Order: sequence, then structure tokens, then C-alpha cells
Amino acid sequence: MSENLTEIIENLVGKFGGQTIEFAGETSVILPAEKITVAARVIHDEFGFDLLSALTAVDYWPQEDPRFHMVYRFTSIPRHLMLTVRVPVPAVEASVPTIETVYHNANWKEREVFDLFGIKFEGHSDLRRILMPHDWEGHPLRKDYPLGYEEPQFSFNFDEIDVRKPYAKNGRGE
Amino acid sequence: MAQIEEVTLDGMTHLVSDRALQGETMLLNMGPQHPSTHGVLRLLLELDGETVLNAIPDIGFLHTGVEKNMEAKTYQKAEVMSDRLDYMNPVGNNLAYCLAVEKLVGLDVPVRAQALRVILAELQRIASHLVWLGTSALDLAAMSNFMYCFREREMILDILELVSGQRMMTTYIRPGGIWRDVPVEFEAAVRDFIKIIPGRIDEYESLLSKNPLFIDRTAGIGKISAEDAVNWGLTGGTLRGSGVNYDVRKFAPYSGYEQYDFEVPLRTEGDVRARYFVRIEEMRQSIRIIQQAMDKLPMGPVRSNNYKFVPPPRSEIGTSMEALIHHFKLWTEGFDAPKGAIYSAVESPRGELGVYLESDGGPKPFRVHFRTPSFDNLQVLPVLTKGFLVADLVAIIGSIDIVLGDIDR
Repeated sequence: MSENLTEIIENLVGKFGGQTIEFAGETSVILPAEKITVAARVIHDEFGFDLLSALTAVDYWPQEDPRFHMVYRFTSIPRHLMLTVRVPVPAVEASVPTIETVYHNANWKEREVFDLFGIKFEGHSDLRRILMPHDWEGHPLRKDYPLGYEEPQFSFNFDEIDVRKPYAKNGRGE
Repeated sequence: MAQIEEVTLDGMTHLVSDRALQGETMLLNMGPQHPSTHGVLRLLLELDGETVLNAIPDIGFLHTGVEKNMEAKTYQKAEVMSDRLDYMNPVGNNLAYCLAVEKLVGLDVPVRAQALRVILAELQRIASHLVWLGTSALDLAAMSNFMYCFREREMILDILELVSGQRMMTTYIRPGGIWRDVPVEFEAAVRDFIKIIPGRIDEYESLLSKNPLFIDRTAGIGKISAEDAVNWGLTGGTLRGSGVNYDVRKFAPYSGYEQYDFEVPLRTEGDVRARYFVRIEEMRQSIRIIQQAMDKLPMGPVRSNNYKFVPPPRSEIGTSMEALIHHFKLWTEGFDAPKGAIYSAVESPRGELGVYLESDGGPKPFRVHFRTPSFDNLQVLPVLTKGFLVADLVAIIGSIDIVLGDIDR
């Protein structure tokens, strides 16, 4: 890891109060969720990370707090650096401030995370589902979402399963 | 007008602007079944006459849940799904995924396998660019180019079939190396191809580059500045057409790209024409890389001999007890990866193709995320098309070179 990156990571941890984790020769920074917009602004303007390479999330269900981790990957083309930032998100009212104002392409990436994980983004300009149909129920990439096998109904539990079985009943699947 | 209000499409209501409801502008649905959207892309256009005021992409028609499905498979088995993402670039997808797995478990790849990976990835890049050139020129009514490009692409698919037995979904690159060594006919086939293709690229150029119709349809269309392009997360030829020198092969070399001498073509105009020139020149640079890699292709093994992660060769299974045990363990329960998360990226024909891979210590990936270049490149479409004609919209979609399998995953 270059000295520049060490300096940046130390600076970020000092400013926003985070931790670092090291794996496979790379250091990631863990920052608190409420400060991510300000942190992204600092990362973009002060440290020169001009490209948001990736934005995604991970679900650690059944762990409750934090249940999710947001993962941001920033790249600085002129300074030749790459930085990974992780943000823990609790299960109850999972929400993170948007960084769309800093990086335009976070718009769709955050919509994707909202769609597939159900994490809300405060201040997002257009938070709708993007990959799944707009009337879809549930968030497929959550760990408690089944992969898609059908639950077999037997006579003893037919009604119990029928209540929550997702197929067209009254035309709306309710 | 009342009719539009009735057709509110549930959550889509807010896509309809007030202007459109009062009849000042017209809403037009383009796609998902439209030959110029290069796949199942639906665009909701707000038009003032022929001028595009607003273009709202609607994606997800090809969503197959690859990331979710991969979580249920072992590392080796999950690889097969990666071919299906960007179906113009299966070799590159395999490469991205395998590099991520190798980085996660700390696996070394023999030099011969690395060189062969580079050759195949570059051949695939040319094949992908040929499809792009053919189809995007076809959108601008240059019919014959399409036939020529597909003729040459067939030669590359033949080479892929020669090495892997499959024309498209090869899964030839595996964690720890490649599936098997290339057959003896490989060298002649590749040398034959790189002898023919430079002249053919000149031919394509002679049909388009100075063609006044083509210039009219491309110059000054779909412009984006360098700063905006980076902020919108563009990568690949689309970004380099705006003059930003970002190519993962140079930025963070993988698979031995640092030993090859090649240039990153750049243009500063940032319009459709600039992206066209960048990609044409990229094909020439790919030929240079293939040439160098073929000339110094080392001999030796093509798979790592770390049998904890890579299945032993068939010949050893009959004679060695350990090999048999490794074979059995690998194909029943797979290998355990250390707990942790990594991100690794390659340069796909469309831009930065990144893989975020997280392991919980078990034999299956805990989370796989593909940072696909087309997803970001499509997102900028409303910005690029604003104020241009519907006919230009078609040229712009062609120039950002999207693959819907890459976007929807």
C-alpha cells in the first residue's frame, strides 16, 4: 500500500471516527453511516477520488446490528489510488444518506441496492426499483429471501402456506 | 390527454411530466423490442417534435439473479454463470471472476496460463468490438459493414471453439489457470487471424471514417466533457473518447499486461465519432498485444499444482491416492476460502468490469457483486441525448456500446 493511501486512511479515520480492516494486502475503512455524504465529499474534493467504481451492499442476516454493510469503492485516476469504504447499517429502518450529490452514478447504484436489499437512501432524488418489477414484494438479495423454490402444500398446512404464497389470487397476489 | 392520465402504470406515474399531460410534448415508448436498443432496453422518450427532451431508461427485463444464484453454488460451479452476464465478452467475465477468486484464496497462476488468458481476452475484445462496429454502423444504415464484421468475428469464435469446444460460453479460464492446454492448431489459427485482420480493419475504416454521411451522423453528437464523464462513472472506450486516460490494463495491470507494449488510444472530442475512433484503434492495439504474447508464449504447465484449489489432472487420479481424494473433495464440497472481502477489476471491451467477492470462510461465495461497465455507461444516456434528434439517439446508444445482459445481471 502506498504512503499516500495510508495518509488518506489515517485522515479519514481521524476526521470521521472509523476503524480499519486489513485483508489480502488491502485496507478498508469503516465509517459511520450518518457521515457518509460528508465523507464522500471529502474523498472526492480533497483526496481527488474522481471515480466511484462500485457501490454495493452485503447482508449479514441473522445478525441484527449491523445487519448490512454498504461497500463503496473509489478510484482516483490522477493519483493512481483505490480506496474501499464500508458502512455498517442496522436492520431496523435500514437507511443511509445518499452520495448521489457527489458522484452522479451513485443514483442507479443506490437504486439497485434499494431494490435488492431494501436499504433506503435519504435524500435520493429518484428512489424506485430498478431491476425488479415495480410491484415486486421483498428484496431478493437479502439472506432471508429464498432462492425461489416453491413451498410444497400438504393437507395439514395448506391454508397456512396459501396465505403467504405469492401467486395471483385476487389479481394482485394479496 | 385523458387517456395518458388513465394509463398511469402504477409506480410509473411520476415519469409522466406535466408538459406531456398538457399536450406540449409527446411521450413515446421505445423498446424493449426494438432493433436499435441493442437488447431488451426500454426507453421512455419525451419528445418535442423530433427533439428528445427526456429519455428515461427502464431496465431489468433480462434480470436473472446471477448474484443471488452464485451464493448457492461453490466457487467453481458459480463461474459458469459469469459467462452469461456480458454475452459479448464471456472470456473477459471468466477472467474477472477467476482473478477475484485467486486474489481471495491467494492462488498463483503459471506464466503460460497468464499469457494464454491475455491472448484469448484480447481476441474476445476484438470480437466484441466487431459486433459493436457492425451493429452501431447498421443503426446508421451502413449495411455492408455489418456483414464484414461478422465474417471476421466468426474466425475468433472458431478459435474459441478450437480451444474450449464452445463458441461463446467457453468457461475456459478457471481459478488457478485454464481448463487445459491449447491444441497444436491454435498457434496457426491465431497467427492466421492476426495476419488478416489489420487489413480488414483498414477496410472498415475506408467505408466509414471519411464517409460524409457517417460524419454528419456522428460528429458533435452525444457530447460529454471529461469531468462529467468521470463523475458519471463512465469507463472504457466511452470514457477515453472524452480524453480521460483510464484503462485498467495500464492502471492496475493483471495477468501480466505490464510486460506488453501497447498504447491506450485517446480522443478529446467526447462525441460519437471520437468513441468510434477510440474503439477502432483499440482493435489495432489488441492485435499488437496478441502478436507479442504469441511471440514469447512460454512453455510449461497451464494450471496451478495447488490441489487444494485446482483439480489434479486426470492422469494422476488413477495412480495417486492424494489426487483422487483432492478430486473427490473439490467436486463434492469445493474449497474453503478465507473469511474476507476483495474487489478486483479487469478491462472488459466496455470498461471496468469489477468483481466484489466476499467469503464467510465456507466453500460458497457469501456475496458476489459484478460492477458492470454497461450499467454505468447506460445511466448517462439521458444526459447525452438531451436536445438531440431521435435518429441521433440511435447513434448514441450504439456509441456507448451497451450489452443488456451486462446491465441486468
